[in-house]
Amino acid sequence: MFIQQLANGISVGGIYALMATGYALIYSLLGFSNWAHGEVAMIGAYIAIISVLNAKFPLPIAIIIGIIIAGVFSFINEKIAYKRIRDNKSPTMFLMIAAMGLSTTYQNAATNIFGAKFKIFPGLFAVAFHIGKITIGSLDLISLIVSLVSLVVLDITINHTKVGLGIRSVASNSYTASLMGINVDRYISLVFLVAGMYAGCAGILLGMKYTVYPTMGNVALKAFISSVLGGLGSVRGAIIGALVIGIMETMVTAYLSSGLRDLFTFMLLVIILLVKPSGLMGVHVEEKA
Amino acid sequence: MSSYVEGVAILLGLNIIAVLGVSILTGFTRLFSFGNAGFMAIGAYGSAILTTKYGIPFIPAIIISAAFSGLIAYLIGALTLKLRGDYFLIATLGFGESVRVLFAYIEPITGGARGFTAIPKYTNFYITAISVVIAFIFAWNLVHSKTGRDLIAVREQEAAAEAVGINTFASKQLAFVISAVYAGWAGALYSHNLTFITPEMFNLAKSAELTITTVIGGLGSLTGSVLGTLLVTLLPELFRSLASYRMLIYGIAVVAVIVLKPDGLYGYREFSINRIISYLKKVFVKAPKKGADIVERNT
Repeated sequence: MFIQQLANGISVGGIYALMATGYALIYSLLGFSNWAHGEVAMIGAYIAIISVLNAKFPLPIAIIIGIIIAGVFSFINEKIAYKRIRDNKSPTMFLMIAAMGLSTTYQNAATNIFGAKFKIFPGLFAVAFHIGKITIGSLDLISLIVSLVSLVVLDITINHTKVGLGIRSVASNSYTASLMGINVDRYISLVFLVAGMYAGCAGILLGMKYTVYPTMGNVALKAFISSVLGGLGSVRGAIIGALVIGIMETMVTAYLSSGLRDLFTFMLLVIILLVKPSGLMGVHVEEKA
Repeated sequence: MSSYVEGVAILLGLNIIAVLGVSILTGFTRLFSFGNAGFMAIGAYGSAILTTKYGIPFIPAIIISAAFSGLIAYLIGALTLKLRGDYFLIATLGFGESVRVLFAYIEPITGGARGFTAIPKYTNFYITAISVVIAFIFAWNLVHSKTGRDLIAVREQEAAAEAVGINTFASKQLAFVISAVYAGWAGALYSHNLTFITPEMFNLAKSAELTITTVIGGLGSLTGSVLGTLLVTLLPELFRSLASYRMLIYGIAVVAVIVLKPDGLYGYREFSINRIISYLKKVFVKAPKKGADIVERNT
């Protein structure tokens, strides 16, 4: 029973991690939490599902289309809103407010275009695999593998490639990086594109596991809490935080009550901020005058 | 007054009170909070419980529940106000959502997720109007006092404010407590206006709406906040036929204001007739004068 719940928790945590890394990447570059991230995931899920249902694409192609379009939307958000706010030299909090506005816009646009009804991915059949004592559904297994592979690829890219070095240099100090001849805006755009694609992937996995609906992006709040738990701006921290949250949620649901699940998550958020605001793996930075 | 107009006026009034609280916190002290809906919930549920279960009259119930909101803010603030700005925001978010989930969970007291029903309708136009006037006068006097200047100093440069001897922690805590009292006050009026409340009414979106309204109205301006609330509350009423596009337009408007007019409608200045007159003078009187100058020089 315990190991079974652990497996479920890791599977949920993997999906959270796909979104949480996006929060971490964007926070490390721009110092704000991108509240529209969940809606990017929702857009990815919707694009994939209408590609299957209405355009009759095969599922794998539909998934790829969904992931790409989600990345494009994330990129557009950066271009039409965040970049201009940065150029205006407005306070960083304004980026969050703009992201809130974008989130409201996309949620309601989706309700108006696709309707508030739940949509279900067709042609999915769940096969249960038995590994030792634990039973794992095919969808859980797929999402586990997909998130594991994507996260490892992301980690290697950031820590061991030239592009990753560029991203890390912009995160460390964007002004100095620009003096060293790094095109800061290009790296920021790239990060938004990649973060959007990962969010789209997470949205599609969630849509397959449950259903697709306009406010499904609200689940990104959990991913956000994961990235705070791991330490804002730390990609590895976000992954660990997501796994912790995923496991804790399934454990609370299994052993206590599903009504308490969210309370535990939010309380954990407040407690981590009080005890160690820099999170598990974050770097504590004093506020500069 | 027709009941529809009265309903809209009450809604407007209680939104103004809640937004004024956020305005003091965000506009004058630059602390962003995504948890003020939690304080509204405490005020709403607190006053509803006091009037229905303990038979306490409405006005004392408002005062007790608003004060209780303030007390909770004092405790939360004591723990979280030493955090950096964005971490403080996240902590308030966690607080607000915890309140919502907790109220949904403790069903015997709050009615759970299905809501608290049969609250007597005590809120009327006069109580709301008087509340708005008191709230505005208090806020106006606060921001124009020494305490208010301390808050502005914290907003502009916290380290410098501390260096000249301002107790920045106490200033921030004061602003946070006042914003919570205002939110609790608005919440108490809200529950006795609707007569039915659910925890879901006080979610993160509600907190965000309060902050967004303050930003649209303009940071550092009380009249701007009132104007922003007027716009955000009344425009949707005018466009009822476009109900399904209401929130869509609202979202686009938020992004447009933030991107195109970052100071909001009335950023860092108050509404004043004199400025409007001098602006009109500049537009209508000065312009021909300039032309006249050139003509004179040419001849």
